[in-house]
Formats: sequence, structure tokens, C-alpha cells
Amino acid sequence: METPRILILGIGNLLWADEGFGVRAVEALHRSYELPDNVKLMDGGTQGLYLVSHVRAADVLVVFDAVDYGLAPGSMKLVEGNEVPKFLGAKKISLHQTGFQEVLATAELLGGGPKHHLLIGVQPVELDDFGGSLRDEMKAQITPAIAHALGYLARFGVEARLRAAPLPDDATLACERMIMARYESGRPSEAEACRFGDLRVLMASPERSSGNERSLHPHQEDRMG
Amino acid sequence: MAIQTPNGFTLDTSGKRVVVDPLTRIEGHMRCEVNVDANNMITNAVSTGTMWRGLEVILKGRDPRDAWAFTQRICGVCTGTHALTSVRAVEDALKINIPENANSIRNIMQLSLQIHDHLVHFYHLHALDWVNPVHALKADPKATSELQKATSPRHPKSSPGYFRDVQNRLKKFVESGQLGPFKNGYWDNPAYLLPPEANLMAVTHYLEALDFQSQIMKTRVIFGGKDPHPNWLVGGVPCAINVHGEGAVGAINMERLNFVSSIIDQSTEFIENVYIPDIIAIGSFYKSWLYGGGISGKSVLAYGDIPDHANDYSPKNLLMPSGAVINGNLKEVHPVDLRDPTQIQEFVPHSWYTYPDEKKGLHPWDGITEPNYVLGPKTKGTRTNIQQIDESGKYSWIKAPRWKGHAMEVGPLARYVVGYASGHKEITEQINGVLKALDVPVTALFSTLGRTAARALEAQWCCHKQRYFMDKLIANIKAGDSSTANVDRWEPKTWPKDVKGVGFTEAPRGALAHWIKIKDTRIDNYQCVVPTTWNGSPRDHAGNIGAFEASLMNTKVERAEEPVEILRTIHSFDPCLACSTHVMGEDGRELAKVTVR
Repeated sequence: METPRILILGIGNLLWADEGFGVRAVEALHRSYELPDNVKLMDGGTQGLYLVSHVRAADVLVVFDAVDYGLAPGSMKLVEGNEVPKFLGAKKISLHQTGFQEVLATAELLGGGPKHHLLIGVQPVELDDFGGSLRDEMKAQITPAIAHALGYLARFGVEARLRAAPLPDDATLACERMIMARYESGRPSEAEACRFGDLRVLMASPERSSGNERSLHPHQEDRMG
Repeated sequence: MAIQTPNGFTLDTSGKRVVVDPLTRIEGHMRCEVNVDANNMITNAVSTGTMWRGLEVILKGRDPRDAWAFTQRICGVCTGTHALTSVRAVEDALKINIPENANSIRNIMQLSLQIHDHLVHFYHLHALDWVNPVHALKADPKATSELQKATSPRHPKSSPGYFRDVQNRLKKFVESGQLGPFKNGYWDNPAYLLPPEANLMAVTHYLEALDFQSQIMKTRVIFGGKDPHPNWLVGGVPCAINVHGEGAVGAINMERLNFVSSIIDQSTEFIENVYIPDIIAIGSFYKSWLYGGGISGKSVLAYGDIPDHANDYSPKNLLMPSGAVINGNLKEVHPVDLRDPTQIQEFVPHSWYTYPDEKKGLHPWDGITEPNYVLGPKTKGTRTNIQQIDESGKYSWIKAPRWKGHAMEVGPLARYVVGYASGHKEITEQINGVLKALDVPVTALFSTLGRTAARALEAQWCCHKQRYFMDKLIANIKAGDSSTANVDRWEPKTWPKDVKGVGFTEAPRGALAHWIKIKDTRIDNYQCVVPTTWNGSPRDHAGNIGAFEASLMNTKVERAEEPVEILRTIHSFDPCLACSTHVMGEDGRELAKVTVR
């Protein structure tokens, strides 16, 4: 078997709390492991079509992402093969996933594109916290998510070597100005920075417009006259 | 009942109401409601940004040197342009001068982004408003090849066999039932006017553009160091120059400069042999469809960009024109001052924010971003599921910025109108060329198609300016200057206690500025007024309608239940709601839900 070209992408928006899971996971993988040259790690962020050429050039694609599976918050679920794009298209929690499904379809239309897909998704605990970081349940899933990715890569003959010591956190694959510790410690206080979002689209409870509650409430409709 | 707006539109809400939510093929979420009369003419238009924007609040208290990274992550499209605007705002506040090389490199990156964004916008977000991929299946490949040769003789991909291959690939794709990027179209709507061969040619270029666009990105990766999120730096650019270096990690050597140079050549070729000819070919079939001008012939605004020499942001040094045209008077271009508290002001009487006195506007340095989600009394539906907006109350998450009280259009067309009005030689020549090719008068510019054409012309202009700055950069390096950053004021202890600044660019979508206040080395206030805030703004205190709303007025729709014309016109602005409003969406529906009442 020829050496497959493997792309490991973390996608999501760092600014939206658990939405940043994918990027944080690929960042952690990079710091902890040394990988052979045929494996490329990338912080895909919320980029759409700009990722097409990278996706097209890969035989194997592994995606880390926060996915709304309808499971208990913090649950991890793996999806493989043809199910991946379909899954991303079935129910979306954010804009970039519309974009990513299209990235896969476009790669196919252009010819080429990965033959093997793995989506390592974790059900987010909290998204409605602009400027916030990962919740503890999500952070706890980073190491297991990496283990799944490495297990999958082993099927393609990839051996990952644990680094003697992880790279320093400013050796990040993502953005030096947004490494997790800096991102978390530099955050303005709740009094300074309003932390609630759009009632209409976030399906939050109406009292959030005046309060600071965080957990996702069941959808409540405030009937108008 | 008809209402007269101060900016010259008659709004009549008596006809049936059509609701389009969400508008597809844009970045972010937007909703649009229009009233149409018995002849299917739009008589009232309401545009709503349905997401909340909150970048300002999350930057408060942070290190100003980090702000670019946050603004870059607002969305996935014009990442670099926000970053550039942000570093300029901080440099303005702290009075940091950047080296000449940094200016050239930033310009090359910004121009690269413009070219990239314009190309991707036209082929992937907008072309399908004019081009029908399903009808392309009916085309004769031989006739398509002849059309290609007549349209653009220098484009090498023109054989009948090539078009037959593309057609077969497309057929397989459509037959597999997955249409992918082509799903959710209104493919039997009579608003599509191209013959099958023109459709096949355009769809073929859609694929070529998809393939080519990733090349353009590489320029930013080389100078910005990271793909797909380039690095930026307050004080210059983060890349070192070492022309004699061989394979030194990160440093810019001759090999890398030559690579960028070849991308510039390829981009110019693609824009001139594919994009511009397509605009003229498609435009020739639609030249009687001159709807969508809105306020583009009346009130347009550009801040200008692409400083020739470093650190001088005055109009004479900006190669991309700046100024304001108001009341349709193209004979006068007014200077624009982003620091003057009486010029740019944001109003919120129809936006979901609150001010102490909502009759007054606030200059961005004194801006307040305090959400207040309340609905007008005539709203139909619930707070979480609005069936019909009440535009007499608050109805959008977008604020209403005004220039001296005028609602303004921004973007490529606004820049080209300002350029034309101020006698900008290159721009005037380009405009005259395309008007002649299509045999239309200058008033044809003030239309949906004019906006689309201006974007293509600007992409071409940007290619030539990239070459100019590339040559300038190389000459400067050869003269012995390899400086790329000024770090004299990198350390916060060197900063004054209390300062403010403004940074601006011309983003692909239009005039963009960030206003910052820095106090005790931390961000005290940060306000962005983004292009889609200008174009997508709701009504203001005086009742002026914004550019989106104005552009939909008096347009005839073929079928009220299929919003082809609405999408066509709104897409021509290349709206990006992700940064004008907030980033969360609902269940990811892609097909616009259209409700007619």
C-alpha cells in the first residue's frame, strides 16, 4: 500500500466556548505527539471553501469537532465513512458545518478527496458563551479524542510518537495570541462583557435577556398577543 | 398606506407580504421581508440581521496586541481584513510607524484577499443567481466551445471534449441526487435567461475557479506564516526577510518571493481571461434587468485603502479611492473623517440595542453595545419564532450607521462610483470599457449587475496593484532594507495611559473600521463598523432605509414564492452577517423558507 496522505482537521470557532473543541483538540495532539510526514495537522477554524484544496489532497480525513448529536452533554461519538458528510448535514449547530459539508461535496465534484473519513465529535455542553472557553467536560474529552484518532491512524500504518515533554503552549498550531491559558486569563469579567446571545436563534429562556444564566434551557416560547 | 422616506423611497405595505428566512448562500444569518403589489413589484422591503453581534464586549479588558486574532476569528471569510484593520487601529492609538516593507507586504496580502474573495463570491455565492447548472446539461459541447473561443480567445481550456467531460461529470453529480452546492435552486424559474451553452461555460468556470482559488490563498500563507489563519503583528508583519536564506524556516527568501510573483501572474491571467469575460458574457443576456440600484446612484461611501507609502492614510496617498457622494451629485466628492464625532454615527431606534437617548446617534469611539431584544407591537408570532417583523419597532441586530445623517452604500460599486466621480484614471477607464462592451449608459452602473461588474473590475485592478507592490518590495529589499517590523513600542510599559485610535481598510465587502480606546494598557472600548452594518442597516431615527432595503424596492419578481430576484440583489452586496451580527445559527436549514401572506 502506498503511503496515504492524511489530514487531521480541527474545526470550529474558538470564540464560542465548546465550539472551539475541534481546534483545541488538534492543537493538543500537535503538542503531545510527533507524527510522520504523511500526516498533516490543521486548525481549520471556520474556514469553508479555503479548505477544499487541503481536503482534496488527502486520502484519509479525520475531523475533530463539536457536534450536536442530541446526546448527553460531553458525550463523544465517532462516525466513519460515508456517514460523515451526511451526518454533518443532518443537524447542525453552527455555520461552519454547513460550510464543511459543502467542502466535502465540492472536493468530490472536483475529483479526488478522501476515501476514508472519521469524525470525532463531542456533544457540546455550552455554546452560548461568546468569548468563553471549553467547559471541563469538553477538556476532559481531548485526551480520549486524541486516542481515538491515533487508533484510527494505526489502521493506516501510522505510528505516533509521544513527545518526551509536550511542546510549550506557545508552539501552538493555532494562534499564539489565543492559546488557551492566555485566552482564559485575559477574559473580561461578566460585568464588563455581556455573555448572552440571541434569544430568537439560541432557543434560550426569555429571562436570559436580563440575567446571566448559562445552561441550555429547554425551548420555551414566550407567546405574544 | 404609503410612507415617504427622507432618502426618496415610497414604502407601501398594502400588498401581500413575502418572508424569506434564512437567505441562503451568504455568511451568517439574515432574513428579508418584502411587500409586493398586484403586479409583483416590491413596494416595501425589510432586512433583518438575525444574529447578535458582541465582539466589542469580549475584547474589553484584553491586551490590544491580541485584538487582531479575535477579530480574525469572527467568521471564515474576510479574516485578514479584520486583522489588518485591528493592527492599524492599535498602531494609530499608540503612534507606531511601520516599515515600508511591512506596508508593501500588508498591501499585497490585502489585495490578495480582495482578489480571492471577489472570485469566490462571484463563482460560488453569486453566479447561481444568474447561471442555471441544470440547464447546462442541455448544452451542445461543440457550440459551447465556440462560445468560449468567442468570449475569451486567450483561455486555453476551450475544446468541445473538455466541455463534454465537464458536462458528464455534472450529469453524474446531478443524477446521484446530491446536487451538493447546486441544491436548493429554483431551476425552472423564468428569471434565468442564459442559453444552455452559456450556462455550461459558466458552470465549467465555476469548477475552474474552485480549483484555482486555493492558489491565491498561498500568498497570504507565505507572508502570514500559517494556513489558513495568517499571523499579524502590531508594528509590522511577522515575517523576517532573508533574501540569501535557503529554506530558512519562515523567513522570506528569493524563492518565496518568486513564488508569490508567479501567483500574481496566474491570478491576473485568470481574472482577465475568465472572470471579466464571464461578467460581460452573462451581463449581455441580463442587460435589460437593471433593478437593484437602491442608493448606489445617490449615496455611496469609501474610506479608501492601499497606502502607497507607509503610515500615510491621507486620501492622496491611498490608491483605492476615498470619499462620500451624496444626493446623487457625482460632481462633488466629500472628504470623510473617521475621527470627527459628527460624521459617522450609529443609530439604534430600529435595532435590538439600547442607548440612553435613541434619537441621537453615537460616534463609534463613544459607542455602546447593549442588547435590548424587544419587538414592535404589530409583530406576528412569538419572540422565538417571528412570523412577521414589525418594522415600526426594533427589528434587527444590525445598528444603523449614517454618514452626516445619510444612509450610505459601501463596497466595490461604492468605491467605483467614488473613483469615477473623483476622476480616478484607472477606474474610469475600466468602467468606460465595460459600459462600451455591453453598450449601456453610465446609469446602468447603478444596479445589481453594476455591483457585480464593479467587483470583477476591482479584482482586475487589485491584480495590477499587487504587481506594483511586489516590484516595490523587491526593489526596496535589493536596496538593502530588510526591516519588516517596528517593535519600539511593543512593551506596554512604553504606552501612554489613555489613548484612542482608529484603523480602517476597504474590505472586499466595503468600508471597514475599528475604533479602539486603550486605558492602562488594556482595551477600554472597541467598536467595529463593518461593511454589512452599512449596507444591511435597518431604518434610522428619521426613517431613511438602508442599502439592502433600498436595492429591493421597485423590483419585479417573477414568482413571489421563489425569491430569485431578492437573492440576486442581496447577494450582489456579498453580505457577511457573521461580523455585522453574531455567530450562532439555528438548525442549519439551507433552503430558504419562503412564506407568502
